[in-house]
Amino acid sequence: MSGNTEEVKKPDTREARIGVFVCHCGSNIAGVLDCEALTKYATTLPPVVYAKDNLYTCSEAGIAEIKGAIEEHGLTRVVVASCSPRTHLPLFKSACAEAGLNPYLFEMANIRDQCSWVHMQEKGLAQEKAMDLIRMAVAKATYLEPQQDIESSLVRKALVIGGGVAGLSAAGAMADMGVDVVLVEKEPQLGGLLRRINRLAPRGESASELVQDLVKQVRSKTRLKTMLESEVAAVGGVIGNYEVTIRDHKGTETQEVVGCIVVATGARPLQPDGQFGYNGRNVVTQIELEEKLRNGSFAAQHVVMIQCVGARCPERTYCSRICCLTAVKNALYIRERNPDAQVHILYRDIQMYGVENERILWESRGKGVRFDVYDVERPPVIQEDLVQVYQPLVGEVEEIPYDLVVLSTPLVAPEKAAALANLMRLPLDQNNFFMEAHAKLRPLDFATDGIFLCGTARYPATVSEAQAQGLGAAARASTILFKDRLVTSALVSFITEQCDGCALCLDICPYYALQLEEYEEGNRIHKRVKSDNILCKGCGVCAATCPKGGVEVKGFTQKQLSAQVDAALEGI
Amino acid sequence: MDVGRHPNIHLLAYAEVEKVEGEVGNFQVTVRQKPRYVDESKCTGCGTCAEKCPTVTSDIYNLGLGTAKSIYKYFAQGIPSAYTIDAVQCRNFQPGKKCGVCQKICQAGAIDYKQEEKILDVPVGAIIVATGYDLFDARKIPEYGYGRLPNVVTALEFERFLSASGPTHGHVYRPTDLALQASLPEMKKVYQKAEKALERFEKHFQMTSESFYLRYESGELRGKDEDYYQWAEAVQAYRQGKGELEALQERIDRIESAHRLAFIQCVGSRDLRFNKYCSGFCCMHAIKEATIAKEHDRDAQVYMLAMDIRAVGKGFEEYRNRGATESGIHYIRSRVAEISEDRDHTPIIWYEDTKERVVHHLPVDLVILSTACEPSAAGERLAELLAIELNEFGFFKTTPYPPLDTTRPGVFVCGCAHSPMDIPESVVQASCAAARAAQVLSGSATRRLAS
Repeated sequence: MSGNTEEVKKPDTREARIGVFVCHCGSNIAGVLDCEALTKYATTLPPVVYAKDNLYTCSEAGIAEIKGAIEEHGLTRVVVASCSPRTHLPLFKSACAEAGLNPYLFEMANIRDQCSWVHMQEKGLAQEKAMDLIRMAVAKATYLEPQQDIESSLVRKALVIGGGVAGLSAAGAMADMGVDVVLVEKEPQLGGLLRRINRLAPRGESASELVQDLVKQVRSKTRLKTMLESEVAAVGGVIGNYEVTIRDHKGTETQEVVGCIVVATGARPLQPDGQFGYNGRNVVTQIELEEKLRNGSFAAQHVVMIQCVGARCPERTYCSRICCLTAVKNALYIRERNPDAQVHILYRDIQMYGVENERILWESRGKGVRFDVYDVERPPVIQEDLVQVYQPLVGEVEEIPYDLVVLSTPLVAPEKAAALANLMRLPLDQNNFFMEAHAKLRPLDFATDGIFLCGTARYPATVSEAQAQGLGAAARASTILFKDRLVTSALVSFITEQCDGCALCLDICPYYALQLEEYEEGNRIHKRVKSDNILCKGCGVCAATCPKGGVEVKGFTQKQLSAQVDAALEGI
Repeated sequence: MDVGRHPNIHLLAYAEVEKVEGEVGNFQVTVRQKPRYVDESKCTGCGTCAEKCPTVTSDIYNLGLGTAKSIYKYFAQGIPSAYTIDAVQCRNFQPGKKCGVCQKICQAGAIDYKQEEKILDVPVGAIIVATGYDLFDARKIPEYGYGRLPNVVTALEFERFLSASGPTHGHVYRPTDLALQASLPEMKKVYQKAEKALERFEKHFQMTSESFYLRYESGELRGKDEDYYQWAEAVQAYRQGKGELEALQERIDRIESAHRLAFIQCVGSRDLRFNKYCSGFCCMHAIKEATIAKEHDRDAQVYMLAMDIRAVGKGFEEYRNRGATESGIHYIRSRVAEISEDRDHTPIIWYEDTKERVVHHLPVDLVILSTACEPSAAGERLAELLAIELNEFGFFKTTPYPPLDTTRPGVFVCGCAHSPMDIPESVVQASCAAARAAQVLSGSATRRLAS
């Protein structure tokens, strides 16, 4: 915050001397509302000592007028009646700050987006509403208090949980950028699911070469510490300073303080529970086939693959995204090595989305892989040495001989994911995958600041997609880790004298920002709630829940909101 | 908006890359910034200029379905929020013509007809290509009738129909019905002109047209033959105009929103004649549009004709199932052979249901074509000046691991310039490309320090 406090004697901000600026926004507001009349009206409100209308309050001239009026008229509160805080709040707040007025002493009345734009057809009523909005903003502004932004420290170090392709990529990228990284892997080796895979779809590169390459890169980085056979035992703290306890297989615990955490705990293929005659011998899963192909024990001549085993069904509603691709990849691999081998793929929808995947679908058809749709109402039946499948095209049951049936089962969330989610207070979706902050726009973020998500812990993904997500999560974390310090808004919850520790607010806080603490007074133990001002986002759910006014949110206190509501009801 | 406000991001809008020299860690990029004839630093985006601009043009954002002015903003939320003059349309730029309305009206003084294009030299360490995609031109499939059958539209056009800020304010009407409605003012004008003509005769002869015509028909009125003849002609024209207007009004009154909608998938994709690949996002896009159409109109009946429905993202299969159970979408496994229309311009879809093994015909009010995502037309030129390669499909070629590196070190690609993908995938790739750029730049910075 700038502003030279020495020369000019600042008025006492406890006294409300309010300046109101009414914006025409060209004709956006002035085309519907009489801005001059609104300005005149504003001057009639008791705490208002100055009011002015501008063509554009956000223009250089408009901003200069705000700053000038703060000095000239000793304003201690500024109200702008204009467009929307969504776009212009930061600008007007900084104008106040530049003129030496605490930026939290600013209030906005939304007379464009929520008035002139939506009530163009009812100008008279719109004018009345705009007057109400200005009166309400002035009433609230009267009780605004100066606040200081919350600053906190930051450790330029990251924790990556999981050493599969996503975790390895995230850890490597952050180390390259100059971040110290701790990579925790529960298994004795890095590589995750990739270690069990034979070839990579869609181009057929060797999976073990990629694993070796990724592990070698990670091993070469001096900033990166790898902890194998270890798990996260406890997580405390907040963004910038997460306190993490890591426990190795011997039970030894290590403490780390990190600024950010990347969750890359992966997924596992579903092990069928006897479905389609699964026996692990001649009826196996796709991952077991991968292992056969990898160690050279595969010898079948007649292979039938069945898609969506345990997926897209009532118990597990989702499509696992990668199984069709895996099946086609393995079918191609088998046909290429043994052109006499027969491969049938029985599917519901063949999910070869995108450019490369569809290409290998065409290719596999060209190379003689047979594809047949099966009806979910009449699924294939596995007999001793043949698969019976109803062919809707001819209306008959076809019998396909086999010596190996391969079941394509989905990737599912590992059991330990739920425990980690609980430990870190992270949400899971209905399928127990971790849930991101926003399905479309923030796919790699958690709602909790400073924690990120990538790879199959989020949702089934190809190796290439998991790598993109790992690298992406590294970029997301680095947007925080390269800051000098963390600054957050002061508009967070605070506990008042009225709090009696009933703890009603604790469970409803979506950010886990509230805790119950005990204290001693008059030889008795009392309880009260404590609020963490970095975890808190100022959403106000706690304040709305508390029946006693024991917790409030700065900038939205009972007093401020009551004044606003009273102003709204004035004259009714 | 975050990008527009970010202190470390310098936006060069309305600009194109001209030349790239140098290498990773030290590229020299030449950028040509086109004149928008509006000073970005002064324009507040209020829109008064566009309101007063006398030159009406077609609205490119609404795919020509609505109108815009020759000083315009591509869409309301665009960043930077400055207006642009379309010099091809603007009167002020036409030889021998003058206007200057926007300059007079702009109180920010932002209009600058003399603005010239700028050539900028931009030194950068890494380059990320995020140039997006083009849509397949459905006219290339004549049997689907796009461009010939008025009630066959593309999924992107339908998106505008569904939008509250679109040309139909979110109501779905058949384009033929919209055209009918649009023809009403012209028809009214003709009618009013005929009415005026009668009034002139009536005033002159102090007689109602009604009684004049009765007497004229019966041969009672003679004498001023020429005048009477013209009056009689005018009465006939008036009566015809009135009849036509009433008939049109009646047809317009009968117009209902389009209830029966059919989405056709893989138009130009998974098709050996055009694009062999799958466009990735269209199945979900169609399901979303169908769901919204049903929200807007509970009587809507929606069909989706597809070979496979590829709902492969997080929560997508569940969304597709809700499409069936809650929005009543009829998913039909099929490949549409042809679309014809009846006399009323009702499209009729001919397809084979591969489950029932029967050829069906399905008449609907509106057909929506899910057109393929294609490599951007400018991709070839861009590839040439960046000295990077394209793949067999025309998208920018990348290594598989790491996934977004092009064939030139320090140049990365993300989003649909890489291959067709949906929003979350694009966002993931954008972050990934940023990480790769940071990775190679910190690498080269370290190397430079060491040497």
